Amino acid sequence: MSHAVTEKRPSSLKGGSLPRWSAWAVALAATGAGLGISAAAGLDSSIQWALIAALLFVLVNYVLAVRVEGRRQAKDRLATSLVWVAFLLAVIPLASLIWETVSRGLKVFDVYFLTHSMGVVSDTEPGGGIYHAIIGTLEQVALATLIAVPIGVLTAVYLVEYGRGRLAKTVTFFVDVMTGIPSIVAGLFILSIMLILDLQPFGFAGSLALAILMMPVVVRSTEEMLKLVPNELREASLALGVPKWRTIMKVVLPTSIGGITTGVMLAVARIMGETAPVLLLVWGADYINNNPFEGAQASLPLYIYEQYANSAGSPAAYNRAWAAALALIAIVMILNLAARGIARWKAPKTGR
Amino acid sequence: MAKRIDVSGLTAYYGSHKAIDDISMTVEPRSVTAFIGPSGCGKSTFLRTLNRMHEVTTGGRVEGKVLLDDEDLYGQGVDPVAVRRTIGMVFQRPNPFPTMSIFDNVAAGLKLNGSYKKSELGDVVEKSLKGANLWNEVKDRLNKPGSGLSGGQQQRLCIARAIAVEPQVLLMDEPCSALDPISTLAIEDLIGELKERFTIVIVTHNMQQAARVSDRTAFFNLSAVGQPGRLIEIDDTERIFSNPSVQATEDYISGRFG
Ligand SMILES: Nc1ncnc2c1ncn2[C@@H]1O[C@H](COP(=O)(O)OP(=O)(O)O)[C@@H](O)[C@H]1O
Ligand SMILES: [Mg+2]
Repeated sequence: MSHAVTEKRPSSLKGGSLPRWSAWAVALAATGAGLGISAAAGLDSSIQWALIAALLFVLVNYVLAVRVEGRRQAKDRLATSLVWVAFLLAVIPLASLIWETVSRGLKVFDVYFLTHSMGVVSDTEPGGGIYHAIIGTLEQVALATLIAVPIGVLTAVYLVEYGRGRLAKTVTFFVDVMTGIPSIVAGLFILSIMLILDLQPFGFAGSLALAILMMPVVVRSTEEMLKLVPNELREASLALGVPKWRTIMKVVLPTSIGGITTGVMLAVARIMGETAPVLLLVWGADYINNNPFEGAQASLPLYIYEQYANSAGSPAAYNRAWAAALALIAIVMILNLAARGIARWKAPKTGR
Repeated sequence: MAKRIDVSGLTAYYGSHKAIDDISMTVEPRSVTAFIGPSGCGKSTFLRTLNRMHEVTTGGRVEGKVLLDDEDLYGQGVDPVAVRRTIGMVFQRPNPFPTMSIFDNVAAGLKLNGSYKKSELGDVVEKSLKGANLWNEVKDRLNKPGSGLSGGQQQRLCIARAIAVEPQVLLMDEPCSALDPISTLAIEDLIGELKERFTIVIVTHNMQQAARVSDRTAFFNLSAVGQPGRLIEIDDTERIFSNPSVQATEDYISGRFG
């Protein structure tokens, strides 16, 4: 090989490269340009200038990279900018939702609000609270969880560890069908039973409908988690002469408990926001009813709906609705954090 | 303690696929028997039929007899769980239970079966870890997770776990194939010690290993891919490696096949 070629070689590995801050600079410039163009053209919607800015951001990044770095790096930059734009698009609604709920909800969100019911306050007046609704939601959801989780987990254990042939296929099919049941239908199903038995609305009826909605979610997520447990662990246990059911109880379930907990929490979060079955079966109430097995009860989503629907536009009611929404989000988040804590505490231990 | 295994006319299937065909052999007590042969010839399958782990696989099915000191493992009314307590197994990839500490991993066989006295557990764990030459390395961190050990240590932990339930036979499926030479040596030494107490069957792809650790060697082969594997011959290890009676064995050992 000639001398010239060897000398050229190191430089062929290097190429032009944009400085690290270039993406930020482009983002700033694109935002500025987006605002400028909108102002000049008299567009007043923030969606319009944001879209213009996003488009400019992606384009300028790409063109700049083609010029300086070459085609392959430019494609890389294009993908990166698209991911960033998509990320922002996903985060903006979420952040604005939380911002909106917190800023509006905090107006009446205090200890009094959390510890009093609507028993002596009419829906159009200020005052009152959500204590009765929190109690209702927690009791109904806890009962639904108590029903749905054991059945769901056991079904998943059957499907993954034992299920073969026709029965397993049938069960899987029905779980799929159940996943698609609209909440109002689950509510109507329980309502028809209540009508047959001539029962008045009560909290546990709502729990039953919620359990129907929860069960398929628990089955599905638990199934996925159980499938993740390496077969080697089952075999290791069986080879020690441990019976299969004990292997499942002591090896398979403990290994996957973290994931199962997460799945259950997602299911809990889902049913906690359900309004329709509660409206049908639990009816809603303004007073405190601690007994889920007798008499109408309140619940947070239903409370929010009622504050909007029954208050003839009273600002006090709207404030209470936002505060209740804030409370609902907070409860789901607290439960989620607690579950994550449990999952981390129970998860397979690594490290020395 | 150690027992003799007599296999006669053993055939094993995965669903409709016949994996091994008509295998008969005797495994002597207190000895090491090595299985060698090309991949896919059914060594693992055969090994797993010896403690009824084969039927754990979907579609796994066995014909023939496996006598453990005159008792047929596949006889009527024989409990596979009891068979596995008598005939332990160590797998190719170390598989300690990730949720358990080192101590609990070794105690797993007793704890999961619920048949133990709390006061004895510590002694059993210590004895088994010493038996697996691991005690000195882990005695200060018995409560740490087993998955934090090195690969070789994990494999010895699995051996400790297997011998903690006091089996009579120990089956090992390529126990060193995922390990470095030093860990391999540690396990080979261990096998030499364990054969005083147990009947040991080991599958290995490493000819030198078979020559080093085993008293008898069985050579398996298959006539073509997709065909069931067969036992070609079993003999004293020295003979197999110096003067085998079948040409195919000699070809395989000296690296001439096809
Ligand atoms: N779980 C299984 N399901 C179906 N066929 C299998 C399974 N495990 C092994 N086999 C088949 O059985 C034959 C023997 O495999 P194996 O016992 O693993 O061989 P070896 O351990 O000697 O490499 C191979 O043809 C393999 O494809
Ligand atoms: Mg194998």
